Amino acid sequence: MKKTELTCIRCPIGCAITVTQDDDGKVTDITGNSCPNGYKYAANEVTNPTRIVTTTVRVKGGTLPVVSVKTKGDVPKGKMFECVKAINKMEVSAPVAIGDVIVHDVAGTGVDVVATKNVAKAQA
Amino acid sequence: MADKSYKTVIIGGGPAGLAAASSAVDSGLDAGDVLVIERDNVLGGILNQCIHNGFGLHTFGEELTGPEYAQRFEDKVKERHIPCLLSTIVVDISTEDGKTAREAGREKNPKKIVSAMNKTDGFFTVEADTVILAMGCRERPRGALNIPGYRPAGIYTAGTAQRFVNIEGKMPGRKVVILGSGDIGLIMARRMTLEGAKVEVVAELMPYSGGLKRNIVQCLDDFGIPLKLSHTVIDIQGKERVEAVTIAEVGPDRRPIPGTEETYECDTLLLSCGLIPENELSTQLGVELSRVTNGPVVNESLETSVPGVFACGNVLHVHDLVDYVSEEASEAGKRAASFVLHEGENEEDGTVIPVTAADGVRYTVPSSIRIGHMEDLQRIRFRVGAVFKGASVEIDFNDTVFRSQKKKILAPGEMEQVILKKSDLTGFDGLKSITIRVRKNEDI
Repeated sequence: MKKTELTCIRCPIGCAITVTQDDDGKVTDITGNSCPNGYKYAANEVTNPTRIVTTTVRVKGGTLPVVSVKTKGDVPKGKMFECVKAINKMEVSAPVAIGDVIVHDVAGTGVDVVATKNVAKAQA
Repeated sequence: MADKSYKTVIIGGGPAGLAAASSAVDSGLDAGDVLVIERDNVLGGILNQCIHNGFGLHTFGEELTGPEYAQRFEDKVKERHIPCLLSTIVVDISTEDGKTAREAGREKNPKKIVSAMNKTDGFFTVEADTVILAMGCRERPRGALNIPGYRPAGIYTAGTAQRFVNIEGKMPGRKVVILGSGDIGLIMARRMTLEGAKVEVVAELMPYSGGLKRNIVQCLDDFGIPLKLSHTVIDIQGKERVEAVTIAEVGPDRRPIPGTEETYECDTLLLSCGLIPENELSTQLGVELSRVTNGPVVNESLETSVPGVFACGNVLHVHDLVDYVSEEASEAGKRAASFVLHEGENEEDGTVIPVTAADGVRYTVPSSIRIGHMEDLQRIRFRVGAVFKGASVEIDFNDTVFRSQKKKILAPGEMEQVILKKSDLTGFDGLKSITIRVRKNEDI
């Protein structure tokens, strides 16, 4: 049996969660979470840790030089750098709207990257 | 004579100002009687550069990034057609007759005169029945930290670096040392690492982190960035550009311990050493400030010592969750609307109960409750001054324990709250004072 103490990172409350696994690594008990997201996080964290990745992408002809983006879902923690690298190669043209897909299936994770900010076209 | 007249003028169009504005309208004011004044050319404030996720779980039940969260509130303001003046800076708030409202007395509520300027209108004034202060806060700069050494390029506050990277798309440096473990510093440690920079170390003067635990996990631990508690910067080398930073361990007196110096070669030093509410305007107006929070002293309605002037968000006290800012600001908007619509009512019960912080609790917001103005539920927010494990938060009515709540952990970086019912107060005979304190386990 193995007990792991985690701080939940799903929201800023940061619940202290204890995960119990049996000798085969199977999760047998999760305590300390205050919501289902925390339960899911804790179960994942000890088996296959994942993160949301947020970064920026260059914008052509916009009111801002870059637009903020995020992975639409969790990506494996070990693939964070690969994701940012792939995203950094992109350039988009204004206008960009929240939710626009910027990269499909980033770094082979099956997860899309979407814009998190509206960037209007710059006045000519 | 003022150029225009409003029921409520909101200073600041960040998360606090936007939430206060929609709430004021939802509480009965006409949108045309409300005005938001914002100095930047966009609404949303600092949320625009907080591109990481984790916002809004309380408010929307989903995880948003800062810009997405800001957009939701901006949309609310637009849907309600609330006028917003952008690129406009407020330079002064005063009262009609030149006296502070407090001198003039509560019965006579003088109009507030808000003086502002921008490129198109030049200098102008607007008149307001109520003002909501929502100016936010700013970072403690190097000049306020007494760090010895040269003053080369490459020293930024974490928030400035965040703006460079996330809004202007520029990297401030490649090899970074961070002083202070505030949330923005932790977030920037991750951000710059992901963009290819090497973050050597985060040094924190105090024996505990100033940021949220979750940010230490996902911003430092995930990337193997060391956090050195009880450490500070004792020297900055480099004349034109930062070349190296020396840190040393500090003793309980927070003075460097000789022999513990370590030098890190780097080109950038980020400072994340605390936030200061931005209250220059409040001070000019004669608003009483708390020496602990540097924000206005407020009552249950989030009303400052100047009647009809309310405060919310980081200008009142620094929050760690924007969700709580929105909640607090909505309350301020509602209270301002009620001040306008029901002025003079509810005055019969003049009982004022002071709310005091003691034993490990640094401050409370509010710091007084007028029972006649209290709503059914009253939230009291506070912060503790040290890390407490397995302690209890105790609410005392007069000198006896009214309620005690066990807490696994209390930390300075995490804001806490207790909620009181109006019936708790009215049902307690001879209530004179409320005290919030931390009771350590061995004391019980």
